[in-house]
Amino acid sequence: MLKQAKSCFAWLLGLSFTSQFALADDVKRWGVNMTQGVTDVSREIYGLHMDIFWWCVAIGVVVFGVMIYTMIAHRKANGAKAANFHESTTLEILWTVVPIIILVIMVIPATKTLIKVYDTSEPDLDVVVTGYQWKWKYEYLNQDVSFFSSLSTPQDEIYNRAPKGPNYLLEVDQELVIPTKQKVRFLITANDVIHAWWVPDLAVKKDAIPGFINESWTYVEEPGIYRGQCAELCGKDHGFMPIVVRAVPQAEFDAWMNKKREAAAAIAEAAKQTLTFDELYAQGEAVYQKHCAACHQADGKGIPPTFPAIAGSPIANGDMRAHIDRVLNGGQGMPPFGEQLTPVESAAVITFQRNAFGNNTGSELQPIDIVNFKQGL
Amino acid sequence: MAHGPAKGITRWLYTTNHKDIGSMYLWFSFLMFLLGGVFALVIRAELFEPGLQIVEPEFFNQMTTMHGLVMVFGAVMPAFVGLANWMVPMMIGAPDMALPRMNNWSFWILPFAFAMLASTLFMEGGAPNFGWTFYAPLSTTYAPPSVTFFIFAVHIMGASSIMGAINIIATILNMRAPGMTLMKMPLFVWTWLITAYLLIAVMPVLAGVVTMMLMDIHFGTSFFSAAGGGDPVLFQHVFWFFGHPEVYIMILPAFGVVSAIIPTFARKPLFGYASMVYATASIAFLSFIVWAHHMFTVGMPIAGELFFMYATMLIAVPTGVKVFNWVTTMFKGSMTFETPMLFSVAFVILFTIGGFSGLMLAIAPADFQYHDTYFVVAHFHYVLVPGAIFSITAGVYYWLPKWCGNMYDETMGKMHFWMAFIGLNLTFFPMHFAGLAGMPRRIPDYNMMFADWNMISSVGAFLFGAAQLLFLYNVIATIVSGKKATDRVWEGSHGLEWTVPSPAPYHTFSTPPEVK
Ligand code: HEC
Ligand code: HEM
Ligand SMILES: [Cu+2]
Ligand SMILES: [Cu+2]
Repeated sequence: MLKQAKSCFAWLLGLSFTSQFALADDVKRWGVNMTQGVTDVSREIYGLHMDIFWWCVAIGVVVFGVMIYTMIAHRKANGAKAANFHESTTLEILWTVVPIIILVIMVIPATKTLIKVYDTSEPDLDVVVTGYQWKWKYEYLNQDVSFFSSLSTPQDEIYNRAPKGPNYLLEVDQELVIPTKQKVRFLITANDVIHAWWVPDLAVKKDAIPGFINESWTYVEEPGIYRGQCAELCGKDHGFMPIVVRAVPQAEFDAWMNKKREAAAAIAEAAKQTLTFDELYAQGEAVYQKHCAACHQADGKGIPPTFPAIAGSPIANGDMRAHIDRVLNGGQGMPPFGEQLTPVESAAVITFQRNAFGNNTGSELQPIDIVNFKQGL
Repeated sequence: MAHGPAKGITRWLYTTNHKDIGSMYLWFSFLMFLLGGVFALVIRAELFEPGLQIVEPEFFNQMTTMHGLVMVFGAVMPAFVGLANWMVPMMIGAPDMALPRMNNWSFWILPFAFAMLASTLFMEGGAPNFGWTFYAPLSTTYAPPSVTFFIFAVHIMGASSIMGAINIIATILNMRAPGMTLMKMPLFVWTWLITAYLLIAVMPVLAGVVTMMLMDIHFGTSFFSAAGGGDPVLFQHVFWFFGHPEVYIMILPAFGVVSAIIPTFARKPLFGYASMVYATASIAFLSFIVWAHHMFTVGMPIAGELFFMYATMLIAVPTGVKVFNWVTTMFKGSMTFETPMLFSVAFVILFTIGGFSGLMLAIAPADFQYHDTYFVVAHFHYVLVPGAIFSITAGVYYWLPKWCGNMYDETMGKMHFWMAFIGLNLTFFPMHFAGLAGMPRRIPDYNMMFADWNMISSVGAFLFGAAQLLFLYNVIATIVSGKKATDRVWEGSHGLEWTVPSPAPYHTFSTPPEVK
């Protein structure tokens, strides 16, 4: 009912949204308040938020009440005569002291919660979270598992060529999986500019700062999928680097970790194979569109001067080792892809760049060359 | 020459007259307000619905950055300097500003600064795109080449502000009419005196931080680059040491304007004059020790978090005192609601709402959820738009008859007020909800769950924009063809500025008045 009344209101504004977002039925709309979240800390923070909110409402009722009363009662049009008082030490002291008391009442629970949030000791699991322009890397400390997580919403949805799914801009190719009922500590840092890792349901928001490691933690009781976004302006695609956390029971978590380790072994195995030029080119094109087009653009023309063109690029047409070095190790605004791409993917995308967009070196690269390069051979 | 303005363009280029310079500041700031407003409307048009329709993310970031910079440094600050130029000498019975040639210079470098800033939009790589807070290393290693022009522009703006501030302090401390003791000065003069000290204290810090950026970008230093042994968080500390007092620079003179207007239309003296002065001074002092409340999520040690949380909450106390004093001034008055009063009453109500959300933001653990969301955007617009902008507007309506000798059209003034009031609340109130529901700021696209509030915001923004065109029309019509105003202008007005004829002659108080 309320929902209908509200959309009526929107309609009155001369806009009919219902048709436009018909697809988004399973999206929670008209959200007005902070989430209570799914952890102890998040519920405490929600409590603080509501407490201070109600204090504000109470003060507002008094102040605005007096104002409205006086604006009605003390109008010249209604024959009001102006009084002449203009000082009262008692009043001044009163409205200095009362707010101070309210603040002290608020500050005590806030301090307690803050101490709790800052207690990152004795974690059961450590995850290193690294912000990159514009994706996240998750590394399970001492577990030999690490991967990148980036936006999986297709460009067609963003440019309105396809209907938008319910998790539009809040979906990723690889979710961060954590165990429930475990204290998980996040060690948060960044590789290029400052980002901020924020998941509202966990009430975790911490800046990811290059060269520094910030700590934060969570303890999730219920399995579920919790979505968040980068919360610090980090350049062009700041709005397009979401976070998805999937909390699962410990047993499921262990199984998942094992699968990840096996996948890593499979990648190492794959690096030993030899591919044909056409295979490399085709796979390279896919990698390019997924990882490189955001900056160098789908047509290889880049956005000079910030993002150079690949078409006609001196590096993509020049020394092979310089090219590999640039892609694996980055530099000057170009992110390093050495850890993010598998050797097969790296070999493929480099081969692609050297032979696409009018580049015509004819050269190709095998996964083993990448492995060797990484080992300094 | 000695007794009237020169003819033609040289009048404006060479003028050392505080009234001419005040007018130029005000017109310039209005132009910047429109420019910044256009940038805001580009943002709101893109955010009208989910998806990318009008601009690309790269350009969107340039729009948010330029909007913030132009509004803060181009619209609000010069407008208050303009009001100070016009009113401070007239309120204290001085013939002009203490340093009239410097006054000319501090205005005339501004158009160059902003022309340079605006020109970056046409440069290769585009305009600054790192937010008006320009956090390093996004604004250094990763910045577009135009950042160097941005730095130069900021230097010029800073020089202009510092010169303006020196001038205001020199005027207030040296040129008061006999009998005008400090504690007899109108509150507008007091708030500007304190603001001027804030400016002198923090503009050099801003100059310092952009210079460090310049060194990092061009001269191989690593102040803010961790790879070279520097510290990106240092940038934020230095920036906000400037930045927080800066927000009080934009609001203290507003307190002064409103403290002049409310007593006039309540026909009752300002309640608690002395406590208003002390509250302003305490706010100014506290503003130096709260800067890191903008940095609760950077990972400060807990002692730092607690200190900045407590200090920030403390600021609410003197701010509350001000609000209570205004309300008590209205209480048992004999009120009328002409346009300046409407804007002032709206100021008190809406600024208080902005203060409430500020209080919420001060709770550090809760700030972990609010920080860098639309809740913050709602908060600072509630203090800046109905705060700074409404008070400036109120001041213009209030003193315009004194400046040009003609009365503005009351009906149109009221229409302007209601359009602005409704437009503003439609724009910014829903941002609280979008922010709490989880929408980060500075994003060009968003999930459908934020769509409804954003659509309302965008409609409100265009209404607010339209209201400003009405304002422009009303002011021009008043100057060109308004009805003649009386010297006193308002029934309840008090103060030296109302003792001179309307329009105020080119030179006022050549012989100082006697203040009893
Ligand atoms: C975040 C934006 C970004 C992404 C994504 C990106 N690059 Fe780059 N790339 C850059 C920048 C910036 C430079 C310029 C670096 C410099 O000037 O040293 C660059 C330079 C290059 C160059 C050298 C071009 C030249 O002529 O100087 C190559 C080759 C390259 N990138 C390949 C890739 C590949 C392959 C990918 C995808 C796997 C990729 N880039 C993804 C930003 C990016
Ligand atoms: C027409 C009225 C206005 C509208 C519609 C408007 C709209 C907006 C919007 C939508 C943003 C958010 C950008 C984002 O985070 O994505 C923004 C940011 C901002 N606005 Fe406004 N605004 C208006 C007036 C003002 C005024 C008068 C001021 C200053 C006095 C101001 C100062 C700022 C600042 C400082 C920012 C932050 C910029 C940044 O993120 O770097 N705005 N504005
Ligand atoms: Cu970001
Ligand atoms: Cu602040």
